[in-house]
Amino acid sequence: MFYREAGDFKTSYTQDSQTFPIRFDRFRYYAVLAVALAVIPFVIDDYWASALIVPFLIYAIAAIGLNILVGYCGQLSLGTGGFMAVGAYACYKLMTAFPDINIVLHIVGAGLVTAAVGVMFGLPSLRIKGFYLAVATLAAQFFLVWLFNKVPWFYNYSASGQISAPERTVAGIPVTGPNTEAWAQYLICLVFVVVLAWAARNLTRGTVGRSWMAIRDMDIAAEIIGVNPLKAKLTAFAVSSFYIGIAGALFFAVYLGAVEVGEAFGIQKSFLILFMIIIGGLGSIFGSFAGAAFLVLLPVLLKNVLVGGLGWPTDLAAHLELMIVGALIIVFLIAEPHGLAQLWRTGKEKLRLWPFPH
Amino acid sequence: MKLKLASVALGALLAASPALADLVFPDLSYRTGPYAAGGIPFSDGYQDYFTLMNERDGGIGGVKARVLECETAYNTEKGVECYEATKGEGALIYQPLSTGITYQLIPKVEADGIPLHTMGYGRTSAANGKVFEWVFNYPANYWDGASVAINYLLDANGGDLSGKKITLLYHNSAYGKEPIRTLEDLAQKHGYALTAIPVDHPGQEQKSQWLQIRRERPDYVIMWGWGVMNQVAIQEAANIRFPMENFIGNWWAGAEHDVAPAGAAADGYKALNMNRIGDLPVFDDIRTYVADKGMAAGDGSNIGKVLYTRGMYAAMLAVEAAKTAQEIHGTPDITAAMMRDGMEALVMDAAKMEALGAAGIGPEFGVTCADHGGSGMGIVQQWNASEGRWVALTDYIAPDDAIIAPLVEEDSMAYAAENNIAPRCE
Repeated sequence: MFYREAGDFKTSYTQDSQTFPIRFDRFRYYAVLAVALAVIPFVIDDYWASALIVPFLIYAIAAIGLNILVGYCGQLSLGTGGFMAVGAYACYKLMTAFPDINIVLHIVGAGLVTAAVGVMFGLPSLRIKGFYLAVATLAAQFFLVWLFNKVPWFYNYSASGQISAPERTVAGIPVTGPNTEAWAQYLICLVFVVVLAWAARNLTRGTVGRSWMAIRDMDIAAEIIGVNPLKAKLTAFAVSSFYIGIAGALFFAVYLGAVEVGEAFGIQKSFLILFMIIIGGLGSIFGSFAGAAFLVLLPVLLKNVLVGGLGWPTDLAAHLELMIVGALIIVFLIAEPHGLAQLWRTGKEKLRLWPFPH
Repeated sequence: MKLKLASVALGALLAASPALADLVFPDLSYRTGPYAAGGIPFSDGYQDYFTLMNERDGGIGGVKARVLECETAYNTEKGVECYEATKGEGALIYQPLSTGITYQLIPKVEADGIPLHTMGYGRTSAANGKVFEWVFNYPANYWDGASVAINYLLDANGGDLSGKKITLLYHNSAYGKEPIRTLEDLAQKHGYALTAIPVDHPGQEQKSQWLQIRRERPDYVIMWGWGVMNQVAIQEAANIRFPMENFIGNWWAGAEHDVAPAGAAADGYKALNMNRIGDLPVFDDIRTYVADKGMAAGDGSNIGKVLYTRGMYAAMLAVEAAKTAQEIHGTPDITAAMMRDGMEALVMDAAKMEALGAAGIGPEFGVTCADHGGSGMGIVQQWNASEGRWVALTDYIAPDDAIIAPLVEEDSMAYAAENNIAPRCE
């Protein structure tokens, strides 16, 4: 009834190709942004920030990054955890080496360092494809974790091999370290998410994104019509690693405050983020958010309901949580192999015709 | 979607908060994952002791203790979630039983003003109370443990370790890396050659490490292991016929479930311990007041085991600190800040432990403003496979403070400089 194109006239090409062509969608988008920017910072507390929303936002950035590589460019990667570690350690080294420079620049710098590392590990993709590439990126995962454990320079020779984020401020307000307010922690992540998601959306529907998708759909055909595979694949690796590096830097500096590479950035992290984009939907920005929300918020929700609400033993709840999340993943993938994003698209199509479906 | 989930979760959370006015002791336990074998008995002991206090003594100083259990699976992200979820309920003390989670929590507890007690784990240099106001690691820490192990070996070798080869097999994490620096300094002092071999989480695959040990033939292997890593290492040691009496685990690698899988082959394996083993009168009380009434945290089968005893000892130290705090401040309803004062004034002497029905469960020690680390003493125990029990080989052995004190000073001052902390207790 409200959700339809009727009456919403497009008079220019720009208007016609906008991200949200339906007015209702557009306003919903602005409303979500307004709530996220102007309401949540005032009501958020430590638990909501540290346990739910900040990890959700950070995983969303990582999922967008991986989605660019796997979903848009078709290059399967299992090195996400390792690239997040590069972001975290680069951020740590920058933070401690240049304490006077703004933390935002350090986080962006960490992203750039990760992009360079990503391009290096992306080079094999020019020769190998599919599962073989997955194995090459798996090597990156193990190599990087080993490297950060092995070379004490990366953790400034601390006795335990842990890195911990010192306090850094943005405009006088601490955003890392123990004295960070929940809202500051939330806002810095939100700003990165909004900017990066907006950039990703516009990259993926422009020339670069189209060349990625051409390579994904059929690389030989893409090459014949003039897409340069070297450029397309390496830019995909660079942009994807940049996003993942920023996610890693935020994960370490803003969210956890102290990390240990094997525990925080192990292979399970790579799988977790890969599952996020598979469940959320490959090749979709919304899917990255939906997948991150599914895998970050659902376990916490289940825990709160089972332990907090029903008073069950914690070990039983933890096992049930694994089973329920696992079962839901299977159900979702059988019901909709293209992920939550496809469910969302189908829902919108139905909504367009509602209440007169015929 | 996010908002919907969030509001449901909030509803569940609010519904879960019972009335306040108890003494709240969160238990960040892990009963799942590769470290559950150690997490379960520890948590059972920790919770049962508080239940015993409530059932037998009517609480602590007349106020009931309430344990909030939260499952971390030894994972730092879940640990942070657990901390944030429980800290608002008036938590008095955190004991996360994980070095990784400890490192997350140290800055947080300092900002929130809640004491953190990491008994024999965590950040070693937190023993310096001048820098770490809210963190305690009495009665002993990793560097003490490493030094106790070397002192024991010195004793066994007539005071001379020069020319000996010692291998450290460690969990490749903050936990396992902690003793390296101490062992290196001690190597310089005593002239033994040290090789450190890492084992990656979770440690189920150690063939290459033990191949290296087999090739290098060290005189002694010291292990800093936890969880499934211990069982695998002991089995692998048996496979290469490494003499078990030359294989010494630290106090987190010396419980019944670590040696049981290797069967008779584990006979003679040694481990450190910071608490006494064997039967204590307090276990009878726990059986009578807790387990027989069906109120035990676990199935009751762990009572008296090494890690159960240690969990109970951790709870006992928390309860004694709470009692001390109640005395100092003259009120039974203590806050986290009062609890901290109680911990800082805690004295554990032989008479007190005897009165608690746990004579000699730990070394005698007293905590002061500057020293949050206790005496650092530990015993060496040996596994007797035919009888299926641990046997204490030594009395409490003192660590080499001449080596450890400067290391603690150096590391804690580096932390103070990084975080702009002015030393207290001057």
